[in-house]
Amino acid sequence: MTRFMEQPLGWGNFLVFAASAVALLAVVLFAVVYLIYFERKFIGWMQYRVGPNRVGPFGLLQTVADVAKLLLKEDIIPKRADRDLYILAPVLAYFPSFTVLAVIPYSEEIYFTNLNAGVLYYIAVSGLTIIGVVIAGWASNNSYSLLGAMRSGAQMISYEIPLVMSILGTVLISGSMNIRTIVLEQDGWFWNWNIFPQFIGFLVFVVAAVAELARTPFDLPEAENELVAGYHVEYTGFRFAFFMLTEYVYMIAMSGLATAIFLGGWHAPAPFLDFIPGLVWFLIKWAFCVFFLYWVRATMPRVRIDQLMTFGWKYLIPLSLVNIFLTAIFMEIVR
Amino acid sequence: MTVRTEELVLNVGPQHPSTHGVLRLILHLDGEVITRAEPVIGYLHRGTEKLAESLNYTQIIPYTDRMDYVSAMTNNYVLCHTVETAMGIQVPERAEYIRVICMELQRIASHLVWWGTFLLDLGALSPFLYAFKDRETILDFFNELTGARMTYNYMRVGGVKWDVPDGWIEKLKDFVQYMKKRVNEYEALVSGNEIFLHRVRGIGVIDAKTALEYGLSGPALRSAGIKWDLRRDEPYSIYDRFDFDIPVGKNGDCLDRYQIRIEEIRQSLRILEQALAQFPPDGDIMGKVPRVIRPPEGELYVRIESPRGEIGCHLVSKGKQEPYRLKFRRPSFWNLQILPKLLVGQPMSNLIAILGAVDIILGEVDG
Repeated sequence: MTRFMEQPLGWGNFLVFAASAVALLAVVLFAVVYLIYFERKFIGWMQYRVGPNRVGPFGLLQTVADVAKLLLKEDIIPKRADRDLYILAPVLAYFPSFTVLAVIPYSEEIYFTNLNAGVLYYIAVSGLTIIGVVIAGWASNNSYSLLGAMRSGAQMISYEIPLVMSILGTVLISGSMNIRTIVLEQDGWFWNWNIFPQFIGFLVFVVAAVAELARTPFDLPEAENELVAGYHVEYTGFRFAFFMLTEYVYMIAMSGLATAIFLGGWHAPAPFLDFIPGLVWFLIKWAFCVFFLYWVRATMPRVRIDQLMTFGWKYLIPLSLVNIFLTAIFMEIVR
Repeated sequence: MTVRTEELVLNVGPQHPSTHGVLRLILHLDGEVITRAEPVIGYLHRGTEKLAESLNYTQIIPYTDRMDYVSAMTNNYVLCHTVETAMGIQVPERAEYIRVICMELQRIASHLVWWGTFLLDLGALSPFLYAFKDRETILDFFNELTGARMTYNYMRVGGVKWDVPDGWIEKLKDFVQYMKKRVNEYEALVSGNEIFLHRVRGIGVIDAKTALEYGLSGPALRSAGIKWDLRRDEPYSIYDRFDFDIPVGKNGDCLDRYQIRIEEIRQSLRILEQALAQFPPDGDIMGKVPRVIRPPEGELYVRIESPRGEIGCHLVSKGKQEPYRLKFRRPSFWNLQILPKLLVGQPMSNLIAILGAVDIILGEVDG
């Protein structure tokens, strides 16, 4: 990839980029299918169940069948919905989720852009999804979806702030907003990974990331038992599939970001383990992050919306500010 | 600049994941705060009491199963007990023991269903499946005893239909020991969880005076600090032979109701343990009952403690085979009355906690 990046843009490398984007899309879709499968399997095991095991060997084709079902379903647009916005919303929600994958370095060689403001790009682009979500909630013309969309809006905007702030500590340490550079700075033994010097930042990041992803215990926008399904309650078929896809692609992206920024990206925990390819290390750490999300989902109840807001503004943001402050002082003394 | 705001009317149910069946609530929301709540009930009304007027007493028993289908044994019992009291029938000791064992097992099963679904409503997935796994074991016991899993039609006026199968009592003794450990595990998983505590502490507070005014019973009443349990205060069957505590709350909030139910599972296990130890090795399971059951003319009200509260049976007999009027005091229905009062001023999310903690069974509410 590096080689193509450094060349001026011509037809040849444009095709390479286009082809690799399509390849990434295919990989992501495949990954999402099996993320859902493993989520159901893992949570099943935690709950004395077996999880899906009927379609295909070990139920491996269950999600494929589910996706096929969603695609074949009748597409219903409620009569009183705002038709144009209703159709637009899933697309608006989905495209940023895929775009953020560009800045995550999967290994030393595999990355799609070496953006200098990578962190900023990730946060800014992922913030666009909320527009799609709020539009979906409004356009459906349903009280439940409206409540869900309002909650989503409040939650995502509030938790983006601690998310950015928690990353800022690592940015201060590595002196760059380029995610690739941040990973390169975490070279060597595992105690060089940002999770250790930036432990407070990491904690804030985990909480804020789970909230950004709207996963349990912060899955209020969907809050199955209160709002039935939240903003996508009226959506059916492939439009609903798009919202689901968005959610899981974000899970991939957020776990990737956590891996890159706090867990040393493609670096092995010890230098002598370097013979194992970086991509493998990246995938192991990434899988751990994803598993953590499943684990939390099987354990925790849901918080209440006002508690969520209080927690975000009164605890997480001050904590992340303190973290930045301490990091800055530390860096000033060390340099 | 002033923004024009509108009240949002939200129709919750009758098909909604947290209304536990077919309760419908019309909520008036200001933002997410409830300003008015109107419960609409009756979607599951089957006219049990009217049907009973044209059936003889043995035929009514299956209808009681279907009122509170999560706790069918206590419903069976209240009808049989009423008729027995009216006619002065002596129930053999062995039958009484079987009845108490069944009712306490049922209480555990019922509280497990409540525990699982309450936490499911609060967003925790796993407890639901853990609770249902253990409830399944209890249902297996019932299945072996009665041939049915939920609607048993097991008790009869004067005794019970079937004797216990071989080895049933021994298996049950093992289960009681196992369940004791499980309750501790459940508590370890949930009771100390900070998010859970934040969701239920200080929510849906009922004070003693209001609780009495609304005629609450069961855990809802005891959470307000009133130590009232018919098993202890008006002992029926053979409950006076057992040693058990009545857990009461202090604050009357959802957390108290949660803790009371968990503690009641423990106390039921205690009763079970004692009942299984004292279980008479042989004896009749049916008392001397006339071929045609005709309670003498008169009125009678008999009440017992169901998992949800005081279930009562008001019988008006004209000395015929069928009751002239049979009225059930259904605890879910009474406990639900306080809901509109508790909901005003609460955010939407608390609705789930408050409604969940009431523990309603819609079959019982609608009759």
